[in-house]
Amino acid sequence: MGLLDKEFSEDNIVIAKVEDLMNWARLSSIWQLGFGLACCAIEMMATSASHYDFDRFGVMPRNTPRQADAIIISGTVTLKMALRIKRLYEQMPDPKYIISMGSCSNCGGPYWEHGYHVLKGVDRVIPVDVYVPGCPPRPEALLEGLLKLQEKIRNESLRKKSA
Amino acid sequence: MKTPEEIYELLKKEFGEAILTLDKALPVEPIVLVDPLQIHKVALFLRDNEELKFDSLMCLSGVDDANGERVKDEDGTESIKGGTLSVYYHLYSIPLKHKITLKVSTSRENPEVESVESVWKTADWHEREAFDLIGIRFLHHPDLRRILMPYDWEAGHPLRKDYKNPEFYQGMKVPY
Repeated sequence: MGLLDKEFSEDNIVIAKVEDLMNWARLSSIWQLGFGLACCAIEMMATSASHYDFDRFGVMPRNTPRQADAIIISGTVTLKMALRIKRLYEQMPDPKYIISMGSCSNCGGPYWEHGYHVLKGVDRVIPVDVYVPGCPPRPEALLEGLLKLQEKIRNESLRKKSA
Repeated sequence: MKTPEEIYELLKKEFGEAILTLDKALPVEPIVLVDPLQIHKVALFLRDNEELKFDSLMCLSGVDDANGERVKDEDGTESIKGGTLSVYYHLYSIPLKHKITLKVSTSRENPEVESVESVWKTADWHEREAFDLIGIRFLHHPDLRRILMPYDWEAGHPLRKDYKNPEFYQGMKVPY
């Protein structure tokens, strides 16, 4: 029987740390910017579709950077696109998170040597929180990446860091 | 349906000097060599002649022949002086079911080829790609801009055999 089924008979108080509550709320409703680049984007779409169902973790694609918490860089980042990605990232509100999905986005992938047009890792323009390896990664790998990101958010602290 | 030899004879009769030779030495289909500054006239004839009807430009590719002299630069890398750049045109006639390959060669230092965009619209993007990656200038092309690389890419044309990647582009490090 779930907590809400018990029906509180009187007014009740739940005691929790603000930090835990905030982090829990944030990690349970990650809105990711709907954004795909290459083959990895197909896997990302499959992850959102019913078979793997990203939604069950509260992940929902949002087609505006201004209301998105996370961006999944899924695929080959060309130099031409890198500037656009950077602009999109800057338009997102804080706090914001980045999942780099697939070899191309992580390090240039198969284009690392002769790909004159490919950025050798998206972390050269924006800071990455979670790297998902694979070429392309299977949806399970992206789900794992998301769980890693949730873990990271769960352990975040609101306290000012002392020197 | 016509053989490449018959098509070559027709072209030679019509244009004479503009049609250079028929190259059958390569282990591929025969190639008609054409003067780069006459190619649009030849293309128009190939499209509109009743016996030829080449209504489809299947592919247009720029090629760096890299047949010039290799010169050592100060920084130890090689660059190529002289030689040619080429453009290949693969044509197909949908009603008559025959095909032909054309080739034009132009100098590496001043690569100029007449555009066939006005003959086959599909040549528009193909020529922009050849311009972007090899650096061949297509005369009378209506909109000869880069198509794949960024518009402000200043490091030259990446598919040239002596191309050197820049260290940085817009503050982003390019090499691995």
